[in-house]
Amino acid sequence: MSSNKRSADQLQRTAAQSTELLQELVAHLRQNRTQLREEWANRIAEARLLTAMTKEELFAEATSVYDNYVEALSTGTFEALQTYARNLSERIIPRGVETHEVVGIVLLLRDVLARSLFAKYQGDFMMLNRILDAYEPAANRIANTVAVGFVQERERVIRQQQEAIRELSTPVLQVRERLLILPIIGVIDAQRARQLTEQLLRGIRMNRAKVVVIDITGVAAMDATVANHLVQTVEASRLLGATVIVTGLSPEIAQTIVTIGVDLGKMNTVGDLQGGIEQAERLLGYKVIPVADTAAS
Amino acid sequence: MPVLQDIVVAIRSDGDIVAARQQGRSLATAIGFTATDATLIATAISELARNILMYARQGEVMLHSVESSHRKGIVICARDSGPGIRSIEDVLRDGYSTSGGLGLGLPGVKRLMDEFTIESELGQGTMVTVKKWLN
Amino acid sequence: MEVPILKQGRFLIATIQAALSDADLLQLRRALIDKAIRFRSNGVIIDVTALDVMDSFATRTLRDITNMIRLRGADTVIVGIQPEVAFAMVQLGLTMEGVATALDLEEGLAHLQQRATGKI
Repeated sequence: MSSNKRSADQLQRTAAQSTELLQELVAHLRQNRTQLREEWANRIAEARLLTAMTKEELFAEATSVYDNYVEALSTGTFEALQTYARNLSERIIPRGVETHEVVGIVLLLRDVLARSLFAKYQGDFMMLNRILDAYEPAANRIANTVAVGFVQERERVIRQQQEAIRELSTPVLQVRERLLILPIIGVIDAQRARQLTEQLLRGIRMNRAKVVVIDITGVAAMDATVANHLVQTVEASRLLGATVIVTGLSPEIAQTIVTIGVDLGKMNTVGDLQGGIEQAERLLGYKVIPVADTAAS
Repeated sequence: MPVLQDIVVAIRSDGDIVAARQQGRSLATAIGFTATDATLIATAISELARNILMYARQGEVMLHSVESSHRKGIVICARDSGPGIRSIEDVLRDGYSTSGGLGLGLPGVKRLMDEFTIESELGQGTMVTVKKWLN
Repeated sequence: MEVPILKQGRFLIATIQAALSDADLLQLRRALIDKAIRFRSNGVIIDVTALDVMDSFATRTLRDITNMIRLRGADTVIVGIQPEVAFAMVQLGLTMEGVATALDLEEGLAHLQQRATGKI
């Protein structure tokens, strides 16, 4: 029991010491801010990182990174740093800065500061060890936080772009009043299927569509999940008062739909897109007059 | 995993069902879910809260947001000390409970969310935990 | 909270304004049937535009209303289901089969008028 208490006390003391030491080295890093920052900027230029930025931009960003780095060391908390890392990433990603550059400059800063600590405490080996023991885990955590923040922001941007591409590549077309056509081409995965459904439903509401023709001629294959999505799309469209006609259903896809337990008889299907549009027009009460007749009359 | 927000809604009357799903929607929106996802989440909460009311007469719905190193999401836990469920297999079978009957709607809730677990013991109570992650 | 029910010719229009509790939904059911009988309505429109969630109870109640109104020889149509709500409903498996739906009030009235003229 007593040895447990002793080691608990010891841990507490070590933690308190660590905090003390961190504050001491933070003071040193703040005092020597100007020259350390310059040294770091030089190292960045040497390593040919952040070439997409001008000298002025680099200086401005370097200053704020340095200050946030030292602040994180000082407080020991990383939420502020996380937020800063995300904001920084938001700024520099459009400038074309890559992940390896961000990781690179943070590691360079870590090294520049470490060397500075070496230089200061080289006379007292014991002290140097304790200072580094306090510095290293904190510095590594900072590097990790910044890198992860950058990568997350990058992933978010990529997702946004993918979403935009998906939306562009599958337009919901208004061909006639109250009639929408949704031609689907290519490979659909569950996520795209969901996105199509959302787009279509919004389109039905915005265009006050009464009939929708979903053409899947261009879809080679569909697994059960996506087939399910298609069926759900038909059902959800009905809830918005629209009738759905599915065209271009291949025998394989028809089979998949039957396999998931849907009664194809209940679905409104027509062989091809043209036929589908004609049926839609009939449903809407349009009469299709061949051009020759109109010319004669 | 750090838990950012913890909301507990007591379920004792049907007005509480509305409260629970409105809280759920607010939290989902705050986390960053789209309007569509927030609706899915609110709908799932509504079903879970209703089950508590119907079968256990009272319980609670707990909502919190979670954030791990690479993703954020919402966790919903619906808990009661009611009679418990005799056969979990049955209630999870699609078609066993439909919107028409007095069913539990659990297969539907499972479809709406990313993760779903259920624990129940006869005479002790039931706990359903569901999670949805930000895409 | 009581749902306002307006009479428009031979039709009744109930406009839901905000989230309804189960008790409110049951109250709506009673009120609609009561008024449909009193005014000998030919049709009922229930506008759910303001509902941000439609769960199994709401769906069941709307289906009950439809069936009970049909016993009086009248039609019911649900209008204004929001896209996100429709999406959640089908995922949950609530398709409201047997219940007529339309996009909005205008479409709902057109639907009822069509049904009314279709009958002798």
